[in-house]
Amino acid sequence: MTDTLTNTTAPLPADSDASARAPRTRRRLDGGNGGTNWWLTALIAVCSLTVLIPLYFTVVTALKTPDQLGGTGFELPTSIRWENFADAYQLTNFPRALMNTALITVGAVFLTLLTNSLVAYAIARNMHKKFFKGLYFYFLAAIFVPFPIIMLPVVKETALLGIDTPVGLILLYTVYGLSFNIFIFVAYINSIPVELEEAARLDGASTWMVFWKVIFPLLSPMNATVGILTCVWAWNDFLLPLVVLSDPSAQTLPLAQFIFQGQFNTNYPVAFASYLMALAPLLVVYVIAQKWVVSGVTRGSVK
Amino acid sequence: MSSPRIRSSIARTPRTFYWMVVPAVVIFFALHTIPVLSGMFFSLTNYAGYGTWDLVGFSNYINLFQDDRVLNSYGFTFGFSIVSTLLVNVIALAIALGLNSKIKFQAAFRGVFFIPYVLAILIIGYVFNYLFANSFPAIFTALGLPGLSGNLLASPDFAWVGIVITTVWQAAAFNVILYLAGLQTISADLYEAAAIDGASGWRRFRSITFPLIGAYFTINMVLSFKSFLQVFDQIVALTAGGPGTSTESIALVIFRGGFQGGEYGYQMANAVVYLFVIIIVSFLQLRILQRREASFS
Repeated sequence: MTDTLTNTTAPLPADSDASARAPRTRRRLDGGNGGTNWWLTALIAVCSLTVLIPLYFTVVTALKTPDQLGGTGFELPTSIRWENFADAYQLTNFPRALMNTALITVGAVFLTLLTNSLVAYAIARNMHKKFFKGLYFYFLAAIFVPFPIIMLPVVKETALLGIDTPVGLILLYTVYGLSFNIFIFVAYINSIPVELEEAARLDGASTWMVFWKVIFPLLSPMNATVGILTCVWAWNDFLLPLVVLSDPSAQTLPLAQFIFQGQFNTNYPVAFASYLMALAPLLVVYVIAQKWVVSGVTRGSVK
Repeated sequence: MSSPRIRSSIARTPRTFYWMVVPAVVIFFALHTIPVLSGMFFSLTNYAGYGTWDLVGFSNYINLFQDDRVLNSYGFTFGFSIVSTLLVNVIALAIALGLNSKIKFQAAFRGVFFIPYVLAILIIGYVFNYLFANSFPAIFTALGLPGLSGNLLASPDFAWVGIVITTVWQAAAFNVILYLAGLQTISADLYEAAAIDGASGWRRFRSITFPLIGAYFTINMVLSFKSFLQVFDQIVALTAGGPGTSTESIALVIFRGGFQGGEYGYQMANAVVYLFVIIIVSFLQLRILQRREASFS
């Protein structure tokens, strides 16, 4: 976890202007001795332990032998058993689950970005027409539809259509994300001046070209947001793969943990090694790309 | 704008726009609307998920209201969602306020608090399951509190507390980020003016911070409540609905009854009721919270 701490000391772009203003204000408020609030820093540090301790437990448990378990769990392993990871790798068929999850996630993110922004563009620019306005509310209404009502019928339908596969899952993530994505894409597109498109039209660009050459590049910040939200969702989702995927060899990482847990739940160190391996890829991506992830999610929420 | 070429291109535009949305509408209708409609239809049948079925009218709906297991799951799901929503929002707002003030290692702490967002709740549930069963009892025993040394998840009365703890741990991260985004929209000048007027910390929070992030509060309350009403993953990982049926959520009952219990039609009726409950609750929440927002400004 020290990696996380050292990697993240660079300030986030979002708060750079706030922190530039803060010192001046604070100094005046506190009569000159202003600066760090150490009490609050200590309090936040203690609170952050609630996040870090369970992660610490996960890591040390994954490194122990079964006979080192017991006690409070704080104890460091006396001898490290790396074979836990090798065992978990084999028992969960890790490379296959990883490939499936990666494939589904990349596919879902790719298809979502490609299609959802296009649909949102057509809706945003034609909001004055009844058809498109109706469509907007049609898509939006789906935000309030809980997944369990779709769950049983969609399993029948995907089986019937032969898309009870990773490809089908990609399609489902793309469609089920549409509601929320349209909502934030439309709001963002409304802030892009129409004059930009008119200029391109005067140069003879078709509507398709206007979208790909003018609008899509301008959507990059929103694309990052939607991409991150879709990525985290598709990677971690459990229920949809559980009900839709019929072929056991297509199982994703969370699904592999579920099946594995049912069969081998007595060997905790191997189980924890398996959990850690399933959590690690996204955790590593997060540590590397942290400021993008945070600012991406923030933007998604503002609208 | 008067050249014929331009005018014709504008007149042509709508058709292209239709091509942009029609495939999406078709697929969305096929994979979202049709399941919802067919679910509503099958809620009027005695379909078991296989074999033949007959229309039975509203008898599924009538039976639902006499089914203890279903009523229990509504009770549990609502209790869980209300407690979790309140806790997540209070904790996330407190952490966001802390992270937004003048502390050392601000960016690093933000990084730490946001970690749970990228972790799968199912797997976090497995980790917490182990903690509740093994570590926490050992810790409480070591602290000389043997009264608390049982496995929380094994108690029919308190297993829900374990689910709330795990859920709050995971969900607070997302809300922290949203509240931080809201807090950063507030100008520091306002606090400066309030300080000159001699406003205390609590007064500044009540009169400036909270009203100005009212919209974020509304969104967070509605979104978290809605997502908690659909709780599934953490229950599978922590208690599997037990002990007994004390922690069965609505989603879990629909899943089990529909896929394993041969209650396809019956559980679809449950799902339809659930749909209307979510819609009504979301709208009520929006109305009440937005009225509160308005009264502040």
